[in-house]
Amino acid sequence: MSILDSDFMRLAFATGAFVGLLAPSVGFFLVQRRLSLIGDGLGHVAFAGVAAGYLLGLSPVLTALVVTVAGAVAVEWLRTRRAAAADQALALLFYTGIAAGVVLVSAAGALNVNLFSFLFGSILTVTRADLLLVAALSAVTLALIALLYRGLIAATLDEEGARISGVPTGALNVVLAALVGVTIAASMRIVGVLLIAALMVLPVIAASRLAWSARSTLLLSMGLGLASVLAGLTTSYYADLAPGGTIVLVAAAAYAGALGFARLRGLLGGSR
Amino acid sequence: MSLNVVELSGVSYAYPSGPLVLSDVDFSVEAGEFVAIAGPNGGGKTTLLRIALGIERPASGRARLFGEPARNCSHRERVAYLAQRPQLTVDAPVTVRELVAAGRVPRRGLWRPLHAGDRSAIADAIEKVGLSERTGTPLARLSGGQRQRALIAKALAGEPELLVLDEPTAGVDTDAQESLALLLEQLHKELGVTILFVSHEFGAVEHFVERLVLVRGGIVFDGEPMALAAHWHDPSHVHS
Repeated sequence: MSILDSDFMRLAFATGAFVGLLAPSVGFFLVQRRLSLIGDGLGHVAFAGVAAGYLLGLSPVLTALVVTVAGAVAVEWLRTRRAAAADQALALLFYTGIAAGVVLVSAAGALNVNLFSFLFGSILTVTRADLLLVAALSAVTLALIALLYRGLIAATLDEEGARISGVPTGALNVVLAALVGVTIAASMRIVGVLLIAALMVLPVIAASRLAWSARSTLLLSMGLGLASVLAGLTTSYYADLAPGGTIVLVAAAAYAGALGFARLRGLLGGSR
Repeated sequence: MSLNVVELSGVSYAYPSGPLVLSDVDFSVEAGEFVAIAGPNGGGKTTLLRIALGIERPASGRARLFGEPARNCSHRERVAYLAQRPQLTVDAPVTVRELVAAGRVPRRGLWRPLHAGDRSAIADAIEKVGLSERTGTPLARLSGGQRQRALIAKALAGEPELLVLDEPTAGVDTDAQESLALLLEQLHKELGVTILFVSHEFGAVEHFVERLVLVRGGIVFDGEPMALAAHWHDPSHVHS
């Protein structure tokens, strides 16, 4: 029996393919801005959103989407207004998110297997509705990144210089924060809220060891993200492992491989 | 009568709960001038610059940029700013062309795609700083002086009327400092761009600038560099 004979695996692969392309494309800008851990903090906020969905009887993906985007914009606000240092803003977000999630889950009486599928990812619970939502969110996010690519790069390379020259860096930062929230909400079914940040970061830092420009880093990271998800899902299916963790371990292995390749290339006298 | 690109009138500034950094400063820069702003660290020169560019709000007084209130200037694409320590710590191997193309965004806008004129402006900017052979080279593989030139090319790509450099010689060797000064002089002559060069060490450009402004809590000297010695018997105190 082929892995794609099962309807749930076809759904998981299709949804995972979108997630594999989406997460590194947004993570690329976070990594370049030294904000890699923001995805982790927002994953905890997404957990609170999932719990709110259970409590209110709404779709956990939709409530997580709303709560995570709001959390992302709040962190950006705290960071730019210097109301809190970047690490303090992150800590505030991290702990408030997880605490709110625990309280809401206990209030909803929802400490069950379905909740764990959001925390750690599950290939069994992906529905056709999930696929459509993830596809729509991915299409919108990738289109926005393509449209705003030059502005996002300008703000990433020299935010103050860009702002002084009239680039609307504040609006770009808010859009990027919102896209991080969207990515986490879209990806949590496959990778889980606790591990999604890894898929936003690991393919990017692996790609930057191999790439020759910013654009090639972005495209290569999307390729590595896609490959990590597909290889991780396949491995988790045959070895009966948790898909989220397996995907992230494959991405970590890709980073180790990229690092080894870059070192070997350096020893042989090649370019970066 | 030339237009004042920058104009400060009666400007004072203090950090919250701190002493005055600038007191009652009157200062203006006309279009086409090449001005060096020097002074000791903590003397207020970077603050003066930030107020002139509308980044900081003065405690009192008025700041205008291109004839408009600096905080709400609607012609910001006419300004290029090279920060003291631009954020070039990105992990990705950003190439010279990618960096310089980012400098075109203020002029082109966020949404419109680059057309042939934009690509030509980017190539011209790279050529002016002598990096045409390195367009595809990642910044990490350039020397400190070459990286500084790439940053200047980024500023030029937006075809600015006002080029502001904040401590551009920090962290580069003497040869690179002299080379940068020669490049700025050439750009000033060729393009007629107004240049504000801020540094605690102005030795590299003192032969090229038309005007030197010393800032130490206020403006303590404003004139031709040659007149400094006569006006100020002990210039070494500028470097406290």
